[in-house]
Amino acid sequence: MARIEAEVGKPQGGFMKWIDDRFPFTETMKYHATEYYASKNFNIWYVFGVLAFVVLFIQLFTGIFLTMNYKPSAEEAFASVEYIMRDVEWGWLIRYMHSTGASFFFIVVYLHMFRAMLYGSYKKPRELIWIIGMLIFFVLMAEAFAGYLLPWGQMSYWGAQVIISLFGAIPGIGESIVEYIRGDYSISDITLNRFFAMHVILLPLALIGLVFVHIVALHEVGSNNPDGVEIKNKKGPDGIPLDGIAFHPYHTSKDLVAIIVFLMIFAAVIFFAPEMGGYFLEHANFEPANLRATPEHIAPVWYFTPFYAILRAVPDKLWGFILFVLAVLLPLFLPWLDRSRVKSIRYRGWMYKTALTVFVISFITLGWLGVQPAEGPYVLAAQFFSVLYFAFFILMPYYTTIDKTKPVPERVVYHG
Amino acid sequence: MAKYMRTVFALMFVLLSASTLAAGGGAALDESGIDPGNVNSLQRGARNFMNYCSGCHSAKYVRFNTIGKDLGLTEQEMIDNLMFNAEKTFETINISMREQDAARWFGTAPPDLSLMARSKGSDYIYSFLRSFHVDPDSPTGVDNRVLPGTSMPHVLWELQGFQEAVYSTHTETMDGKDVTTTHFEGFEAVTPGSMDAEDFDAFVRDTTNFLAYIAEPIRSDRRKLGVWVLMFLLFFLIISRMLKKQIWKDVK
Repeated sequence: MARIEAEVGKPQGGFMKWIDDRFPFTETMKYHATEYYASKNFNIWYVFGVLAFVVLFIQLFTGIFLTMNYKPSAEEAFASVEYIMRDVEWGWLIRYMHSTGASFFFIVVYLHMFRAMLYGSYKKPRELIWIIGMLIFFVLMAEAFAGYLLPWGQMSYWGAQVIISLFGAIPGIGESIVEYIRGDYSISDITLNRFFAMHVILLPLALIGLVFVHIVALHEVGSNNPDGVEIKNKKGPDGIPLDGIAFHPYHTSKDLVAIIVFLMIFAAVIFFAPEMGGYFLEHANFEPANLRATPEHIAPVWYFTPFYAILRAVPDKLWGFILFVLAVLLPLFLPWLDRSRVKSIRYRGWMYKTALTVFVISFITLGWLGVQPAEGPYVLAAQFFSVLYFAFFILMPYYTTIDKTKPVPERVVYHG
Repeated sequence: MAKYMRTVFALMFVLLSASTLAAGGGAALDESGIDPGNVNSLQRGARNFMNYCSGCHSAKYVRFNTIGKDLGLTEQEMIDNLMFNAEKTFETINISMREQDAARWFGTAPPDLSLMARSKGSDYIYSFLRSFHVDPDSPTGVDNRVLPGTSMPHVLWELQGFQEAVYSTHTETMDGKDVTTTHFEGFEAVTPGSMDAEDFDAFVRDTTNFLAYIAEPIRSDRRKLGVWVLMFLLFFLIISRMLKKQIWKDVK
């Protein structure tokens, strides 16, 4: 046997050669990992992209096991979740990982987006990466919203009721849209079934596809860095950026440390505070959905509350809805709203620094206001911070133009 | 830049602490003071629950064998002391009353208690069970301070006896008008029960402890496991940190 092989065609280069002749494996690994060069001066803000990927994996993995025991029917959904929590071996862990993962997805994604705002990562030539990222964020919101209905608790039901009915504010066709989304005259078994389909098939597929495209676009132009310097402009004789180090093994080994720190925080919540004081798992959601009894306060889960506060700040239903949609969409236009010559906050003037600080304070405060009752001083405060939220975007072309900037160095700042 | 970061974090911290302070409020509840690690308390609570609650309230997600395992009870002990209405230990705690009948008889069907401690909190249950007071206008003869207008009768009257809510009135002159406010002062025993106040509180505390346990039977196990998981991750963190340092030593 061996003799014949030697005569007919000697193996040349072994198994990897065989694969590479048929599939660009080594080439892909080089392009995306071992010969993908990213700046060596990444700081802590640069770990949240990888962490978002880790959470996505956790959600997909635990989600598959949850669907094995979950029953998407109004009659059985709530009981099936309790069945997972009590009777399925390790079901409680899988479920807590998934419910905690949902909140951590938003924590990580919000910080990832904030990183882009700190260092101007959305600016030329990375506009498309930012837009794809925003699309990921929109799909993530839909995914989280659909998923929150599935346990069929009181908050699932009434939260969905409130959010879906928002579309009713659209003149003329609003009510038809609401009916079309629900598939019924009220939220029912039919709504639950279609939300389940969205949550486990359509939206995860869209998410995976968009994340893939996000990374392809990133690896085409290369990663930004805390100095906002294009490292590709200064290459060594070997064609490798002078400030760049290979993604693998350098950044992967660094990211591994970050992933473990993240997992420690994640595990601490899962094992010691899975309800997170009613913010990750709302107390009212431990009661099954009851069509006849409205909970005292209906508040969406914390990651939607900044936008919810903006919605409630407007007395008019239609304008509230318009501003709500606008608040979600506006960050899409950041690459064109920001006229600054420099990318990184390190070289920007006091105006952008102030604006970004005000924006962060507004966003967090709006998030807090979104869980408070919509009355008196809370509404006034929500109106005040909504104005600041929008001002950050609308005035941006102006203050980024006149803001004094500092000279950007040729190479990145790295202290070893 | 570092200064900017420090300012942002300081502001975020102030805002977050302000938000925790502002949270809370609502009806004043007494602290339950339950001890989830006290197995004897949980066993007494299980006995109390099966004797006084389970006639009307189901706990339909809770299996007897889970209780037996977690509370250190043998199958025979459970059959003798807890399973009045069940044949097999894998059964859940159910009631014989049909929901429609219960709703007709009481006005509201008695809610399932599997998750009551998670939706309302153990302080709520502890306070609720101690807050029945005489009210001649109510069909059950009692009302409840924590849940006014409840259709639940004072099931524990034999133990606690009956108590009356005492109010003080306070008249103030505001803008030339007399405004009278009533203030709840406390309860006063009318007829004594078989237990004194201290024993009754302990009885309710055990029952509350059991309800908190059945709301999430895995709770104590998950905490124990969590310590091991964090220790493993900490070990792994040290290794990964060393690996990173090793790999990065030539980056200048």
